[in-house]
Amino acid sequence: MEAIPVLSIFAENKPGKLEKITEVLAREGINILGFSIVSVKDFGIIKFLVDKPELAFQKFKERGFTVAKVPCLGLELEDRPGGLYEMVKLISSKGINIESALVYVAETRKRAYFVFEADNLDSAWETLKEEKVNFLKPSDFINE
Amino acid sequence: MERSYYNPIEVAPREDLRILQLGKLRKILNKVYKKVPHYREKCKKAKIKPSNLKTLEDIRHFPFTTKEDLFVDYPFGLLAEPLEKVVRLHTSSGTTGKPKALFFSKRDIFAQAHLIARSLYMSGATFRDILQNSMTYGLFTGALVMHYGAELLGMLVIPAGPGNTERQIELMQTFGTTCIHMTPSYALYVASVIHEKGLKPGKDLKLKRAYLGAEPYTDETRQKIEEMLGVDVYNCYGLSEMGGPGVGFECPEKKGLHLWEDAFLVEIVNPQTGEPVKPGEVGELVLTSLNREAMPLIRYRTRDLTHFIPEPCSCGRTHVRIARILGRADDMFIVRGVNIFPQQIEAVLMSIKGVAQNYQILLEGYDEMTVKVEIDRDFFDGRIERLLKLKEEIAEKLRQAIQVRPKVELVEPGTLPVSEGKAKRVIDNRTL
Repeated sequence: MEAIPVLSIFAENKPGKLEKITEVLAREGINILGFSIVSVKDFGIIKFLVDKPELAFQKFKERGFTVAKVPCLGLELEDRPGGLYEMVKLISSKGINIESALVYVAETRKRAYFVFEADNLDSAWETLKEEKVNFLKPSDFINE
Repeated sequence: MERSYYNPIEVAPREDLRILQLGKLRKILNKVYKKVPHYREKCKKAKIKPSNLKTLEDIRHFPFTTKEDLFVDYPFGLLAEPLEKVVRLHTSSGTTGKPKALFFSKRDIFAQAHLIARSLYMSGATFRDILQNSMTYGLFTGALVMHYGAELLGMLVIPAGPGNTERQIELMQTFGTTCIHMTPSYALYVASVIHEKGLKPGKDLKLKRAYLGAEPYTDETRQKIEEMLGVDVYNCYGLSEMGGPGVGFECPEKKGLHLWEDAFLVEIVNPQTGEPVKPGEVGELVLTSLNREAMPLIRYRTRDLTHFIPEPCSCGRTHVRIARILGRADDMFIVRGVNIFPQQIEAVLMSIKGVAQNYQILLEGYDEMTVKVEIDRDFFDGRIERLLKLKEEIAEKLRQAIQVRPKVELVEPGTLPVSEGKAKRVIDNRTL
């Protein structure tokens, strides 16, 4: 399995939080490829797919952020109406539960990936391997 | 194993201790009656004289001294010796309002230092140990009294004072600190920084014991600190009014604190009625200083809640034991009609995996209670579900413990105010 490392950051719901977080990436010249924000009342979790995940992880830690690396799977989408629907239909038909997800658009109007986190990633990988899908590989986007 | 004691008085038969106490009590009652007008008037009002004291039990007929008494004729009103005999002033930390002025003669200073030396020795410390004293030096008794006592035992004392945690850890590494003295809340913070730096206690640090006092803390907190720092934590008890730390101390059995009865007469009373509680029942600790020269206090109401541990201690010491302080009568707060002590909340939080060291209790609006909790960095795996479960677990366990279900807020580690002295855990902004 080639898991995709996604950075997950715990953030209290306070003005300026996202600014502080993205500032770390900007300063280190790390490119954001995709991101998502989930928030409940008092806190949220911000997830990033970046081109230098190891460096970003270290820098976030150094700056005192509460950060984790979450292994995800990335599947190539067709960029047309119904593209996401068909992908999600396939995933759910295999009984795989998506816990969180973001989208990585590799080349505008050409290739995009649905990057998601699931309970049992290994078995999700094994199941989807049988299907005609293109997986995103770390070497496709990691640049460190 | 052969046992050794710093002073044979520690294992004196109880009957001998009582005879000693009665003699000292008579003397001290006579002294304050003669020399302190405030005490004389109080006794007259209560229609009692020192000569009425025939047995130790008769002390219950004498009036209490409360913190308000310390403000009557402030600041010198309760002195039982001329000011020339006084060599040091301390004030209480002022946790609960106006600071009190406490005076020490030379003899008072060394008497308390001997109690500390005895207490440290009881924990296994010797002149070979190195004590990093991270309490606040100054008006607060905690640091200086411990300092003198540790020097008396022959320990090397590093008068570090609190704060500057980087420097604290550097001192520990450079000089091979074996014992630390600080507040439990600061110890938790220091432990978390040591942990974050990746330092391994036992390998990178030589710490063996931590003497923690100046604020109540729970057994769960003790265990957390013991695990994180690889030390034995000893609970110390004292209050400026009784000369500072060294009033009570844990022995290696760690089952309650011995109160040094050759120096203090110990009572536990019902805080409402002032009557003695039954053995084992929780009440307010009342202390009479039997040795104090400059400013003896009779039946001083400490506001600290505890209970006696009646069984004899297997360490062999005969001095009475009390349970760790359960709270201050002053710290208690009421939410939706329920009496709550911050320590109850702390006990629950420290037993939950995923909770870091710091927390805060916020009271707002019409009786809304919010508990803010720092999450443990290592617990965070990036999943929101796990955090929501943690929140639920905290709220539910607190409800079981205190009958009130608070709102729980998870915050990032290191964002709640750090306490280097006594922690301010409860913030009451209610508009009731």
